Amino acid sequence: MTHDLDTTPAGIARRSFLGYVIGGTTLVAAADLAVGASPAVAVPGVRQPAELYDLEDLQTDAALPTSQLITVRIDVDGTASFELPRMEVGQGITTSTAIILAEELDLPVEKVRVTLAPARPELVFNQLTGGSNTTVSTYTPIRVAAAIARGALLDAAAVELGYAVTRLRTYEGVVEAPDGRTLTYGELAQKAASADTKQVQVQLKDRSEFTRIGQPRNRDDAILAVTGRKKFAMDLHVPGALPTMVCRPPTLNGSPKRLRNKAQILAMPGVEDVAKVDTGIAVRAQTFGQCIDAIRAMDVAWAPGSVEGESDQTILARLKGAELPMAVPKVPVLADQLDVRFEFMFRSSAALEPNCAVADVRADSAEIWAGLKVPILAQENIAQALGMSPDRVKVNVITGGGSFGHKLFSDAAIEAAKISQAMGKAVRLMWHRADEPRQGRLHPMVTSRIRATTLAGQVLSFEQRNTSVVTDFSHGLGEIITSMADELPTGLGGLGFSETIFELTQVLPYDFGVVTQLLNETDARFNTGSMRNIYSPDTRVAAELVVDMLAKRLGKDPLEFRLEFCRSDRVRAVLEKVAEEGDWGRTMPPGTAQGIAIHEEYKGATACLVEIDCRPETVGRKVRDAVTGPRVTKAVFAVDAGLVINPRGLEAQMMGGFSDGLALTLTSSVHLRDGHFLEASWDNYFYTRQWNIPPEFECHILPSDSDQPGGAGEAGVAASAASVACAYARATGAVPTRFPINHGRLSFPVKPFVPPVPPSPTNGLKLTY
Amino acid sequence: MPRQTFLLNGKPVTVDVHDDVRVLWVLRDLLGVTGPKYGCGINVCKACTSHINGKAFNPCSVRVGDLTSDDEVTTIEGLADTVAEDLHPMQQAWLDRDVAQCGYCQPGQIMAAVALVRKVRREGRSVTEADLDTIRNICRCGTYSRIREAIAQGAAAM
Repeated sequence: MTHDLDTTPAGIARRSFLGYVIGGTTLVAAADLAVGASPAVAVPGVRQPAELYDLEDLQTDAALPTSQLITVRIDVDGTASFELPRMEVGQGITTSTAIILAEELDLPVEKVRVTLAPARPELVFNQLTGGSNTTVSTYTPIRVAAAIARGALLDAAAVELGYAVTRLRTYEGVVEAPDGRTLTYGELAQKAASADTKQVQVQLKDRSEFTRIGQPRNRDDAILAVTGRKKFAMDLHVPGALPTMVCRPPTLNGSPKRLRNKAQILAMPGVEDVAKVDTGIAVRAQTFGQCIDAIRAMDVAWAPGSVEGESDQTILARLKGAELPMAVPKVPVLADQLDVRFEFMFRSSAALEPNCAVADVRADSAEIWAGLKVPILAQENIAQALGMSPDRVKVNVITGGGSFGHKLFSDAAIEAAKISQAMGKAVRLMWHRADEPRQGRLHPMVTSRIRATTLAGQVLSFEQRNTSVVTDFSHGLGEIITSMADELPTGLGGLGFSETIFELTQVLPYDFGVVTQLLNETDARFNTGSMRNIYSPDTRVAAELVVDMLAKRLGKDPLEFRLEFCRSDRVRAVLEKVAEEGDWGRTMPPGTAQGIAIHEEYKGATACLVEIDCRPETVGRKVRDAVTGPRVTKAVFAVDAGLVINPRGLEAQMMGGFSDGLALTLTSSVHLRDGHFLEASWDNYFYTRQWNIPPEFECHILPSDSDQPGGAGEAGVAASAASVACAYARATGAVPTRFPINHGRLSFPVKPFVPPVPPSPTNGLKLTY
Repeated sequence: MPRQTFLLNGKPVTVDVHDDVRVLWVLRDLLGVTGPKYGCGINVCKACTSHINGKAFNPCSVRVGDLTSDDEVTTIEGLADTVAEDLHPMQQAWLDRDVAQCGYCQPGQIMAAVALVRKVRREGRSVTEADLDTIRNICRCGTYSRIREAIAQGAAAM
């Protein structure tokens, strides 16, 4: 990073940063953190790579060279405006970014306007929302930009008020002179502007001076959300962009040969256009309902898909065949060895807002509106699909209705662009819900094998080998890894994208002697992606179950055993917190139990303690069209996320992460059978619902001295999934080895594959309450 | 083309569309009322939950031709007007508890919550944990615990 050390009168070394006041008519400021990125580090043998240089470091370093292209603008109305080159999907980054800017500007948070930047190719690696990295990577650059803006306002005020800058103070968007006279930022905005771009040096506030960072704050868009005014992509009014859907193939990744009854479809009420694209037959109509009716009436000849005839069993067999041998370290003859193998099924990362995009493609230009976490790559891909140069394609980033990894890819935006081009008209493309689990992005199927050896109360080795269906990293993170190859810890150079990300994220924070965790991949025929916290939930479920088995073998209590072998103070603190708050070890009735688990990632540490009820009367409770099963009755979560920007938002992310972890362990998966996935809607795909949620959930945020914010969006999932698995094993007395635990029993009637979407019901007036 | 007339958020509306089109698409695609969201189209995700004559219903599963001119449809956009305030107490509770994450399901969640409170009141009781367990609206962000807290607060103020 660019900095030199400056000694303040108090003797405390403070870093100063470089940046620019950009030439213009109102004040615009930017940071410059491009010079002198942090050096590559070498990995000593006993440490895992991610402990020294992790995915957060890599993404943050990749974003630094373009930090000066991200600017803060002060306007005459006294507001600050900032176009965040990331995407808001519910994780709360527009709110937390406004807090950070307000803090450094000394401006009320309400006067900071954070919007989402459209695709900006010049940002290169600095416009990817993923890896829970937004605040980690943007925290310093946007503070520097804000500090430069505040400095320029002070310089202008010094001239106007006739005092040296050092005698002025700023508060709540006002500069005040010793004689009591004040000027607002709005009054100073144009006076502070510079005709030419000039480089300046600033220092940032010390965290002891923070008054806004760390204070709980509600979301900036909450009022829009609760009044129905928050606009998602499908709520936008783009002239001529009529509802459009696609009739999709009956098997995974099949393709259309031809529509046999085109004239009949075009004659249907409301239908305007029909077009064949590579993914299916698109229909554009006055309403989405009429698109659904048209799809159901289509007679399409289909070409086969990518996994014809395959099923869960055949893919599991393929994974087994690709599993790497254990590199058994030399252990004494008397050592005990534990070998366990776990299987994790395919899961859907679909959000509640289905894949969707608005596209208006003209002869020589195109405009797209969509929820996109990597808009630069989307722009390139769309341009390529349309045969245009990228500068002819404008890509607008719209706040998304959830992502969970789904919106890393621009599948719907590319498809919408192709359809718009084929029809010669603007389209509002939306996937039917049934399309999501059947053709959409999935968490790959994974096996995880663990071999651990123990002797005389010690764990000598712990080896974990994950074997996975290929995870698609073609969304841009792969390019970042390639470009940052020189920064990677020694030994990671030759690995593929997935293996690199695995090594940059996985840490086992226990003193278990020789620890190795490796990933191997096979089979690239599926549509996959980095579902929220991609590798960690499976890896941690397997590892924490084995930790409980080791504890039992050594005659130790699970908590006592973890504390004894824990080699991270931060992990130890969150573990002790949940144990205390959750009353670990309290007497529970037979068929119920507590479970406890930890995780270390995203520059932070998490722990979760749950209580589960696996008694028959609970497991067998009936809810219409639902999976009930074991009920987690209480969850206590603790997180050390480093420097916390907005504790209320952080808690929300832990709560959501818990809901995800609960679903991953107990209820949510898709079944592959005969070349297609069986699930078609939310009455088949059992994400956590109110009848699964623990009546008691509490989240404790641990104080931290760190100056470094950690990641939040994905941090809650892994420890949650693992604690539920551990509790289930303790309550039932049997360690489950396939997840989710209900995968073996199909709990729903399978909806037809032709037509690919179910009929719209008509009985809604009979179901009112 | 048939003329369809019903009351929407307190005002009569008329739209020319076939009887068979579901109310959700009449609202969203023809009338531009986008508070009710699509999440499944088969009445299982409940993202479109709105009210008909004061009770919860899912417009994805009702033909517009099945509405009469006296039927009063209330969407999230019209909820506050039913109490003649800027915000309904349930919306205020949602704000106070900072329930929303992505916000996509929240209009439906709030409409379902208001209907649930009214239902248990009609039954002469207040909302229990078991009642909360019956709410079918999916929140894929998983903010269920805050939804439960907000309903308790909103119910107390209704």
